Amino acid sequence: MDQLTNYLFISAILFSLGLFGVMTRRNGIAVLMGVELILNAANINFVAFSRFGGMDLSGHIFSLFVIVLAAAEAAVALAIIITIYNSMQTVNIDDASSMKQ
Amino acid sequence: MESNLLSLLVWLPVIGLAAIALMPRDKTKEIKLIAALATGVQLVMALVLWAKFDPAIAGMQFVERAEWIPSFNIAYILSVDGLSLPMVILTALLCFIGIFVSWKIDYAVKGYFALFLLLDTGIMGVFVSGDLFLFYIFWEVMLLPMYFLIGIWGGPQREYAAIKFFLYTLFGSVLMLIGILGLYFTCGQTFDIQALIQNAPEMLQGVSWWGMSAIKVIWVLLFIGFAIKVPVFPFHTWLPLAHVEAPTAISVLLAGILLKLGVYGILRFNYGLMPDGVWWFAGALAFLGLINVIWGGLCALAQTDLKKLVAYSSINHMGYSLIGMSAVIAAGSANGANTTAAQAGLAGAVFQMFNHGTISAMLFILVGVIYDRAHHREINGFGGLAKQMPIYTGITALAFFAGLGLPGFSGFISEAMCFIGAFPVFKGIVIASTVGILLNAAYFLWAFQRIFFGELNEKYTDLPEINKMELFTVIPLAVITIILGVYPAPFINLVKSTLNLMIDMVASGSPIAGM
Amino acid sequence: MENTHITYSLAILFLPLLAFLIQIFVGKRLPRQGDWVSISAIVTTLVLASLLFVDMFQQYNPNFKIEASFLWMDLGDFKIYLGFLVDNITIIMLLVVALISTCTHIFSLKYLEGDVRYSRYYAYLGLFTFSMNGIVLANNLVSMYIFWELVGVSSYLLIGHWFEKESAANAAKKAFLTNRVGDIGFFIGIMIIFTAVGSFAFTDIFASVASGTIGGTTLTFAGICLFAGAMGKSSQFPLHIWLPDAMEGPTPVSALMHAATMVAAGVYLTVRIFPLLTSDALLFVAYIGGFTALFAAAIALTQNDIKKVLAYSTVSQLGYMILAVGTGVYTAAFFHLLTHAMFKANLFYGSGSVIHSMHHALHKKHDHETDPQDMRNMGGFKEKMPITFLSMTVSTLAIAGVPFFSGFLSKDAILGGTLSFAQHHPQHFLLPVFGFGAATMTAFYMFRMIFMTFYGKSQKPELYADIHESPKEMTGPLVLLGTLSIFIFYTLPHFNPFSTHGWFTDLVVAKDSFVPGNISAHTIAEHAHHAHIPAMILSLSVAGFGIILAGLMYLKKSISADAWAKKSGPLYKLSLNKFYFDENYERFLYQPLMKLAGKIAYFDWEVYDKYFINGFGRFTSWLSAISGKFDYEGIDQGLVDGVGHATQKMGRSLKQIQTGRLQNYLLFVLAGAILIIIIQAV
Repeated sequence: MDQLTNYLFISAILFSLGLFGVMTRRNGIAVLMGVELILNAANINFVAFSRFGGMDLSGHIFSLFVIVLAAAEAAVALAIIITIYNSMQTVNIDDASSMKQ
Repeated sequence: MESNLLSLLVWLPVIGLAAIALMPRDKTKEIKLIAALATGVQLVMALVLWAKFDPAIAGMQFVERAEWIPSFNIAYILSVDGLSLPMVILTALLCFIGIFVSWKIDYAVKGYFALFLLLDTGIMGVFVSGDLFLFYIFWEVMLLPMYFLIGIWGGPQREYAAIKFFLYTLFGSVLMLIGILGLYFTCGQTFDIQALIQNAPEMLQGVSWWGMSAIKVIWVLLFIGFAIKVPVFPFHTWLPLAHVEAPTAISVLLAGILLKLGVYGILRFNYGLMPDGVWWFAGALAFLGLINVIWGGLCALAQTDLKKLVAYSSINHMGYSLIGMSAVIAAGSANGANTTAAQAGLAGAVFQMFNHGTISAMLFILVGVIYDRAHHREINGFGGLAKQMPIYTGITALAFFAGLGLPGFSGFISEAMCFIGAFPVFKGIVIASTVGILLNAAYFLWAFQRIFFGELNEKYTDLPEINKMELFTVIPLAVITIILGVYPAPFINLVKSTLNLMIDMVASGSPIAGM
Repeated sequence: MENTHITYSLAILFLPLLAFLIQIFVGKRLPRQGDWVSISAIVTTLVLASLLFVDMFQQYNPNFKIEASFLWMDLGDFKIYLGFLVDNITIIMLLVVALISTCTHIFSLKYLEGDVRYSRYYAYLGLFTFSMNGIVLANNLVSMYIFWELVGVSSYLLIGHWFEKESAANAAKKAFLTNRVGDIGFFIGIMIIFTAVGSFAFTDIFASVASGTIGGTTLTFAGICLFAGAMGKSSQFPLHIWLPDAMEGPTPVSALMHAATMVAAGVYLTVRIFPLLTSDALLFVAYIGGFTALFAAAIALTQNDIKKVLAYSTVSQLGYMILAVGTGVYTAAFFHLLTHAMFKANLFYGSGSVIHSMHHALHKKHDHETDPQDMRNMGGFKEKMPITFLSMTVSTLAIAGVPFFSGFLSKDAILGGTLSFAQHHPQHFLLPVFGFGAATMTAFYMFRMIFMTFYGKSQKPELYADIHESPKEMTGPLVLLGTLSIFIFYTLPHFNPFSTHGWFTDLVVAKDSFVPGNISAHTIAEHAHHAHIPAMILSLSVAGFGIILAGLMYLKKSISADAWAKKSGPLYKLSLNKFYFDENYERFLYQPLMKLAGKIAYFDWEVYDKYFINGFGRFTSWLSAISGKFDYEGIDQGLVDGVGHATQKMGRSLKQIQTGRLQNYLLFVLAGAILIIIIQAV
């Protein structure tokens, strides 16, 4: 069972789920969650390639970076969503189109 | 001879122009005085030039030379000889007189006199340029102020006349420019006229472009450029219009000097640089002269506008000059080396050019005088003015008689010389063009009768007599006309050596072989 | 004496010019409008001319000749010398000009008293005298031509003296232009001669003619051309039309210029150039002269205006002189010129005196309708104006060729010459016919004039009472010139009234022509001498016939002039209307010329300029309109803007997928990724 394909397979499922979430959800928070899934799918890949590619710790370090980044991203994005919610009483991203020309 | 006389002569009006530019717009009197001063000093200098001039020298005198655009071999060269000196004096005189003729101008005075002085510089520059490129530049400089002077201060159709004049002349200048460039590239890449006179006759020999002799091509290009200025039939129709519309002083300069530029240019460049071409073209020149004489005379006879009549008389008079010029070939061995006739003809042509300058200037001033008073120029609308304005009548009679070539006035001598000179070579043409003398008398006398004779037109019983300022502008011209008419030697001696040299050059040339 | 001659001649030439200048510039401001300036100048010239004349008698040398020249213009090879020539002909002519001019100056004192342009008038008289003297003194063709034209101008100015009258202004213009036609011929002649000879001086020209440098048809043609000038000035057919009209000028002017001197200048020129005229040219001259003599006399027969009669008579007499030159007896021509100057000037003064008196009478009656010059309004003036009558009668006798009077002598010399010419050239029998025919008519119309004016009953009795003899200033010249029409002044030192032999024939001797082959002067004189007696008898009889006929018609009235006029029908009409010359010139020359001028001017301005020259402008502006259109609509709007339009369009269509929805974009990204994968896989 300890094969690269398995990891990649799981990563692909996670990615697809994330993507599906991002694309179909109207709720801003759900979209954010989808993004998290995608990022995590990438993290799995990093780690998997690092493990099977013989690349020491590079993959781990990258995935740590990604986690940190994801945290930062989630913080900023959530702040935006909360602000939107405060001003528009909604978290539906389709409604937040007042900047569209 | 080291002297800056010519430069001064040319640039003095520009100094005046600068001074006028600094004057406030409403100080019209001062502006006029500055213009008079500038042209007056210029006239004095022209007379000094005359006094210092040595008529025995055939070539150029008072030569000034400076580098200008060395990469194209263009230099700033000024010089005069026996051909240009009379024109320089005439220019200075007519410009000076022109300022006083313009004294009555009251619209945009500053601009008028500024342009007038610029025009003065342009004309003067054309006559003293010793470099073809410089010549061309002055030629164009002259054109521009003329355009504005006609277009702004002219009569009712002034814009049309100005644009027509400008385009017509520009058309000529373009052809001329092509001719000049042709000379430049075939004759050793120089614009220096003296060098060209040395080189051109030999270097042009045998050169052919598109199967045509280069001499003929350049001859015709330059000729058309100059012919428009003369004006030679069929390039003449801008003249009556421009004259009729131009303000008096500008008509004076136009007829008095600008028309002379054509003849001057033909003599200086066509004759001076391409003596061989003279052989080829002289017949056509005489023939064109004949047409000018007859056509101009007939047209003048039919005019009812006095100014137009005088304008057509210019065409008629310049025809005599063309006929005289064509006489030069009499000096060739093919025509029996008749230098007597050639001298009479060429000197007659140059003299005629000068005389027409004074006489037509006089005529235009006089037309202006009556126009200022009656506000029209319809010949049939006057009648009996001799009673009302005896002095004006007397002076007009004098000018008309001078115009119809009466002995005692300089015009007679030059006309007679033109005819006598051309007679041995172009008998038929000369005999036919003597009819011009009759037409000449007919249109002047008929106009005179209609304006001055008969019972006084009741409209004009309070027409004021010609005033002192107007008399002051006419009398010098009348005096010159009479003095040279009685004793032409001063003029003849001035031009003699230069013209005889030119005749020798043409005589030693030969007809161009082939196309 | 040579220097004196030159000094005197210069003074004679320039004094009148000085008078002219003074009069023109300050005349009006001088007391009496400066007439005394002119008169003193002209009297001085008369004195000087008389001194020359007296000197001529003292020398009594037919070959007397002085020439002086100076270089006027020098171009190297082309030189013009001006100068003058004094010989016996010149001196006689100078005296004639000075004398008649003096008479005119004095006569005009009263005749033009109170005229609006009194000082101008005297100025022009001075100008005329100056120019006439210039012609007389010229020793070369250039000076001759210069003064020739100046004479024309002074004639123009004097004929147009009363320019308010349109007829006077027209006449002045006509005189000048008709003369110019002749002058063109003159000028062409000068050019031909100068081209061949290279000089303008008579001496050089004659030398070239003698040496054959110029000859044949060229010389004939040159001669005829020069003669054309004389035809203009001496009013010969067909250029005769101006002289009768010139009578519009003041009568003293007519006397001076259009009878005695100026018109004689043509004859003078022909006399001067006689030595170069070839026999063909001379024949031309003779026929022109002869025909003019007869033709003008025929017109004079029927004229009613006293001055017109005299005018045509002048034309006819000038024709005589020209005829004489043509037949070779040129001294006779000059002789007639001299005698004619006296009696014709006198006749004009006489007519002036009559007109003056008529004018005053009419003025008193406030009559401005009646023509003071019409002889039909006169009659019976003999008693009222005895001096005028007497002097005019003397002159009429002279012109009619009655013995004891000057005209007889000169006319006889001419007719003798003509007759002998025809005797030796029978094919030219017409010339004496012209001559004697004209003589008959002259006698007739001159006496007709005398009878109509001075005899019979007054036709206007209401005027008759106011007719008075003219004042002394006017009768003085009449008496003087009347006296000078008596034979004795020309035949001295002889007293034979039937022979021309006298000082004149001694001093003015015909010289041989320089044309090789022309008949010698001696032979001509010989021939003329033989024809003298028959010519005299003939001329006496024709003159007698003319006088008697005139007497019967107008004095006795035994022959009705009206009936004759009716009988001759169209001929009478032709004569009365001057053979319709003016009308025909008007119709066939003048009007077509004006029409042509009008057409050419129209063509030049309205067609050539408007359509052809402006056509270039219009074509250019059409071309520029087209190119402008192409430039704007084709290049600018189509091509340049097209790029922009296309971009815009594309942007607009692409804008459709720019939804602003993140999910859509992600879908595209996904689709793109799938596409890439598929492509990669394939």
